[in-house]
Amino acid sequence: MEGDIAQLGQFIGAGLAAIGSGAAAIGVGHVAGNFLAGALRNPSAAAGQTATLFIGIAFAEALGIFSFLVALLLMFAV
Amino acid sequence: MRKTGIDPTGSGTGDRRSGLMGKIFFYAALALVLVSGLIFAPAESKLAIHPMDQFNVKALFGDNISWYTPTNVTLWMALAVTAVFALLVLGSSRRAIVPGRAQSVAELAYGFIYKMVEDVAGKDGVKFFPYIMTLFMFIVMANFLGLLPMSFTTTSHIAVTAILAGLVFFTVTIVGFVKNGAGFLGLFWVSSAPLALRPILAIIELISYFVRPVSHSIRLAGNVMAGHAVLKVFAGFAGALGLFSFLPIFAITAVYALEVLVAFIQAYVFTILTCVYLKDALHPSH
Repeated sequence: MEGDIAQLGQFIGAGLAAIGSGAAAIGVGHVAGNFLAGALRNPSAAAGQTATLFIGIAFAEALGIFSFLVALLLMFAV
Repeated sequence: MRKTGIDPTGSGTGDRRSGLMGKIFFYAALALVLVSGLIFAPAESKLAIHPMDQFNVKALFGDNISWYTPTNVTLWMALAVTAVFALLVLGSSRRAIVPGRAQSVAELAYGFIYKMVEDVAGKDGVKFFPYIMTLFMFIVMANFLGLLPMSFTTTSHIAVTAILAGLVFFTVTIVGFVKNGAGFLGLFWVSSAPLALRPILAIIELISYFVRPVSHSIRLAGNVMAGHAVLKVFAGFAGALGLFSFLPIFAITAVYALEVLVAFIQAYVFTILTCVYLKDALHPSH
């Protein structure tokens, strides 16, 4: 019975950690949206900044991936 | 009709014929899917496919796995290396003035990575171009080969990507210390910040430096693994939907197209982050 409750906690924790993925999605959307807003104002400068765009997306995504990692650890390692 | 005159190339009829062929192919595929849905529809609805089963490491021959056993991981890694070799060495071996398809792609990839290294890591980062090119080509080929049906995606395993990211981490750290000596520690000492804030920032910078290989490796593995798991989940829906088992095919098509994009972008992100870390090592002043 105790094992069942522990498993319940694992599943709830993994589900809560999945919220972090959604938060990372907001962050990535924010980066891409702001890039697009800037790029439409000055399209000639946009091409040189795509690398920065991807770096920004990668950094925003990294934190979502940490929550994904927490979910994975809860599901398979704990 | 848009063109009514005589078409010397005959491309008009060719277009019409290929359009007809496409229609026939589409309806044939739809009929096949419907019929197979009717025949193979399971009696009771259940999720027949476990989405994580595709990531199991299996020995190619026999059952027991030791460090030298050829497994599906090593097989698909070797295939990725072979594909890179075929594209870059065999594809460009003819050295044609007007490049063919393989040579165009090889030259495009070379120019793309070279420009990226030069732009992000700077002129003195160019001597690391072979390493970064190797990383990019291996990851992109492993990702694309993993998209083939029934194949195995080596980059979906953290064990594989952690080695790649760990090598980048050690390379960058060693290069930083060899190039700058103790000045490399200036990376953690933010000289533009107020003096009272600098020790706190140094701790944060230190943590973020050591988290780099973790996020670097898990980003690639997580993205690839999640995408493939989503594909399998949708494939599993087919078993649960019975007669309407053809419906997930449309979703799978869309997700697959996204996966092709992700396969390239994640290889690109991995490579560009390597360049960024390299730039930090070569010019550590904040």
